[in-house]
Amino acid sequence: MAKRELTPEEKARNGRNIALALGLIAFVVIVFITTIVRLGGNVVQRTF
Amino acid sequence: MTGLAVSPTVIRQAAPALWQDYFQLMKPRVMSLVVFTGLTGLICAHRPMHPFLAMVAILCIAVGAGASASLNMWFDADIDARMRRTRGRPVPSGKVQGADALGLGITLSLFSVGLMGMAVNWLAAFLLAFTILFYAVVYTMWLKRSTPQNIVIGGLAGALPPAIGWAAAAGSTPLNAWLMVLIIFMWTPPHFWALSLYTSEDYGAAGVPMMPVVKGPKSTRLQILIYSLLFVPVAILPAFTGLGGHAYLAIAAGGGLVFLVLAWRLFKSRAGEQISDARTDDGLYGVKADARAARNMFAFSILYLFSLFAALLAEHAFRWSPA
Repeated sequence: MAKRELTPEEKARNGRNIALALGLIAFVVIVFITTIVRLGGNVVQRTF
Repeated sequence: MTGLAVSPTVIRQAAPALWQDYFQLMKPRVMSLVVFTGLTGLICAHRPMHPFLAMVAILCIAVGAGASASLNMWFDADIDARMRRTRGRPVPSGKVQGADALGLGITLSLFSVGLMGMAVNWLAAFLLAFTILFYAVVYTMWLKRSTPQNIVIGGLAGALPPAIGWAAAAGSTPLNAWLMVLIIFMWTPPHFWALSLYTSEDYGAAGVPMMPVVKGPKSTRLQILIYSLLFVPVAILPAFTGLGGHAYLAIAAGGGLVFLVLAWRLFKSRAGEQISDARTDDGLYGVKADARAARNMFAFSILYLFSLFAALLAEHAFRWSPA
């Protein structure tokens, strides 16, 4: 089945969705690395 | 003319919004200057800081600046639609809905302040929140439409990023951090008034009480000269407080002399008194002969501020040590 050509509205929405997804992924990665950096060696040295 | 003449505040329907249109809401060119001055403050603090956290701090300053710009674009869409320089912006051109600009501004404000507080420190987060609120509420919603002193007082928002950067690195803001703020604060009036001298037709049409519109070009040129005489000594001051070195002193003094010469030439010129629009295009630099003194002042003011902060950055970057 031939793939339907996307309308300009659909193309624009796809672009916005991808940009939003990349922004959210970047935020998650930043929070994760920040957590690792701020905890640092304390994780290894913690007392159980 | 036929029925083509419509109210300039009518927001046109345009093609569907691209992600680039949302990015334009954040005024990327202004954002780059804010990042530069914020980074200079962070480096000048001379505190060991993990490079990743330094990067996060700068990112938060950039996103915070973008957030306040987006809020400004939402609120000022009616003004922007009437001015040549700004009518192509995403909201007045109809590419982005005003409500979307508002939503983006609020969301990015919360993200940038929250992340700055949790990842870096809460003093930097407080200063960032204050800057966003000051620009979006005090300047945009109140001062801009009510007083010719709008950019004098509102300039504080654009001046604060070095203090945010310094606070991010050191957790405090000593006098030298506030001296950097003072430099940008004093620089703002001659910079913006020089621009408004050859764009006053726009501001007048939009009902924005910029100094040339309210007090006239002659008074504006005098005030530019007075502010320049006050600003240049402030720009040289870091060389005597331990913030700037010999290279900084040379750039601040040499550039300051040129700044004063241009302010004097502008004072003696007839810039702002042209009846027709002084510009030859929709940009900021193409002007007719009688507005050149104002254009030269505007252009050099950007170069001078950039040079001052580049000199501080260069002098301190070699001494900066990551944690």
